[in-house]
Amino acid sequence: MALLQISEPGQSQAPHEHRLAVGIDLGTTNSLVATVRSGVATVLPDANGRALLPSVVRYLDSGKTEVGYAAQSRQAEDPKNTIVSVKRFMGRGLKDVAHVESTPYDFVDAPGMVQIRTAAGVKSPVEVSADILRILRERAELSLQGNISGAVITVPAYFDDAQRQATKDAGKIAGLNVLRLLNEPTAAAIAYGLENASEGLYAVYDLGGGTFDISILKLSKGVFEVVATSGDSMLGGDDFDQRLFCWVVEKAKLPPLNPRDMRLLQVRSREAKEHLTLHGDAPIAAKLSNGEFVDLKINTETFCSITQTLVSKTLGPVRKALRDAGLTVDDVRGVVMVGGATRMPQVQRAVGEFFRRDPLNNLDPDKVVALGAAMQANVLAGNKPQGEDWLLLDVIPLSLGVETMGGLAEKIIPRNTTIPAGRAQEFTTYKDGQTGMSFHVVQGERELVSDCRSLARFELKGIPPMVAGAARIRVSFQVDADGLLSVSARESTSGVEASVTVKPSYGLGDADIERMLRDSFEHAKGDVHARALTEQQVDGRRLLEATKSALAQDESLLNGEEREAIERAMRSLESLLAGTDHRRIKHAADALNRATEDFAARRMDAGVKRALAGRKIGSL
Amino acid sequence: MSAGAAKALTSSSHFELFGLPPVFSLNQEMLEKAYRDIQSQVHPDRFARAGDAERRASLQWTTRVNEAYRTLKSPVQRGKHLLELHGVDVAFETNTAMPAEFLMQQMELREQLEEAKDTKALDALRAGLQKNKKSLERDIADTVDAKKDYQHAADLVRKLMFLERLDEEIDSGYEALE
Repeated sequence: MALLQISEPGQSQAPHEHRLAVGIDLGTTNSLVATVRSGVATVLPDANGRALLPSVVRYLDSGKTEVGYAAQSRQAEDPKNTIVSVKRFMGRGLKDVAHVESTPYDFVDAPGMVQIRTAAGVKSPVEVSADILRILRERAELSLQGNISGAVITVPAYFDDAQRQATKDAGKIAGLNVLRLLNEPTAAAIAYGLENASEGLYAVYDLGGGTFDISILKLSKGVFEVVATSGDSMLGGDDFDQRLFCWVVEKAKLPPLNPRDMRLLQVRSREAKEHLTLHGDAPIAAKLSNGEFVDLKINTETFCSITQTLVSKTLGPVRKALRDAGLTVDDVRGVVMVGGATRMPQVQRAVGEFFRRDPLNNLDPDKVVALGAAMQANVLAGNKPQGEDWLLLDVIPLSLGVETMGGLAEKIIPRNTTIPAGRAQEFTTYKDGQTGMSFHVVQGERELVSDCRSLARFELKGIPPMVAGAARIRVSFQVDADGLLSVSARESTSGVEASVTVKPSYGLGDADIERMLRDSFEHAKGDVHARALTEQQVDGRRLLEATKSALAQDESLLNGEEREAIERAMRSLESLLAGTDHRRIKHAADALNRATEDFAARRMDAGVKRALAGRKIGSL
Repeated sequence: MSAGAAKALTSSSHFELFGLPPVFSLNQEMLEKAYRDIQSQVHPDRFARAGDAERRASLQWTTRVNEAYRTLKSPVQRGKHLLELHGVDVAFETNTAMPAEFLMQQMELREQLEEAKDTKALDALRAGLQKNKKSLERDIADTVDAKKDYQHAADLVRKLMFLERLDEEIDSGYEALE
């Protein structure tokens, strides 16, 4: 049947214009940046041809920052100022950080998230991550010879709200327009699924440097649907190194170590682990600062036995994800292995035995996440023509709720709910004449609030005095496509409205983010004003372009007057774009956004009608 | 947002939203297809470069469509929604009066669950439960779609909810064994 072709809403009418968009895998151990060039996703290497950027940042007292291999090579020498595996600290308080005793850092226990005192001042994990992202942005800009219009940054599927928000802020501070936070296993599924034209139920087993995810996806033509996800955001390859390190300390009967020796032996342990992937045994040799030598050898059997509990620890979340999806191992058509730590033979074996099939390893486990992220960035940037793009349906990994009487958590949005998601619940007052109500937003599966992660506390004030139980306070949760939550509460029974909206934060307020942004520009010797102007101009042009294409597609939804109002707002923005006042540009862009609100809503309605009409014709 | 546009977003039933007949024995394939067709029009991924107004409208629509899909996919929630459309409140929270025979049976099943000490026992319990659920779902379909006896159907949906809770407890049972 010949069907009329309608271009996708929100996409440009000029399909030839290719926008530079990148996918970034911000990993615990290594980070990568990839893009889609001539239809093919490729990882962008550095000037020396290296694809991986070690996620290591060293702060020098000169104020200089080293990132990647340079920092990595000095880590044993300067452990206090060389931050490795910073991802483990994202959105985390000091009490959440595992193995604090064997990290050499000078932690500062800030509210919400730890900070680290370095030679260049106190650094938040967000800033450290931003330093890694900035290098990747520069690498991409150099290699693609242009400004990056947008980036997709991947996060572990099991990351909670605070960890996601921290990652998005890091992207912003690094000067990236973050198009989307994408779950790592989902990114891998995109890369794998498209490469192999896979259909059916697949599991993605993603054991990275510091995090473990398991996602079950239903793949069909043009749709990637996550059915369930689970994991452990404190379990990864690092823990295998740590087990081996402890074994070395015990075997060599070493006294408590100084930070330098500790880091040295950790590095040697990691090297030995990697060696064991291909060999039956591995040497561990090091000269300690007191002149003493450590000279050991470990074989595969010993390594497997000291890390066996870690391997089996991954299978709990795997079972849980399958149960949540209502599936058994027999329903799963393939298991895609992702993350450097899945190279360990004992991991491959355990996964193979559990699923009763050989795991799929035909994509490089280090690169597959970045490649998938690049493919998604390419779609979000509008570079994919209609019909060749796909629909991605992801879920939240952990339930979201509020604290109720007795310290119990009342779930409002359960885990594995497809995002974007919204849900509201009503609460009432406890005492006569109560005019305020405080809310505590939590994330997690446990019944007791104290066992869940605290995301935010806020208060609704100005409730008109009523008898206990008469007020109706509606608390609404909204999770966006990045998996980020905002919560609002309102009381309106009495006609007097009281309402409040909060975005959970992890201690860094808008002012902190602002300061970090400023610092980063000063650091880059950029001009804050020039940067703001460029940003507003880019945003303004994007908005104009989107509005033009919307008008071209759906002009019929407006009457003459309405169209004139929108065009007036467009002209006003257009005339200011050439100027230098970024505030006026922002103002005009906001005005245009307001002027198109009705139009946007009607376009959505029209889109839905079109979808249903097409279906009815199709099913005849 | 104008009143007209807002109306389309909030007022239609979940069935109307997907252009499907309001029946309990819903064709799952058609539901899935309608869901995907609408998502492909309104999903935020389609509007990553659009202005704030469109992004907000997209977020609202997608949230609405996801909630509707989730409701219609679940037999308990679908039953509850359908009965509400017919003016019958299933009242999960307030109406817990169940026939004695049913309650006895539930207590027995829970005892079996407590005694289940291995996955084999849990597997057997779950298999039995699945069978019960399926047969109850057939009863609900018959009572709602054919007999249109909505009051009686509400009792059956409540029963189904009990079974669903037991299902969740079996999940906890598996977790406890691990």
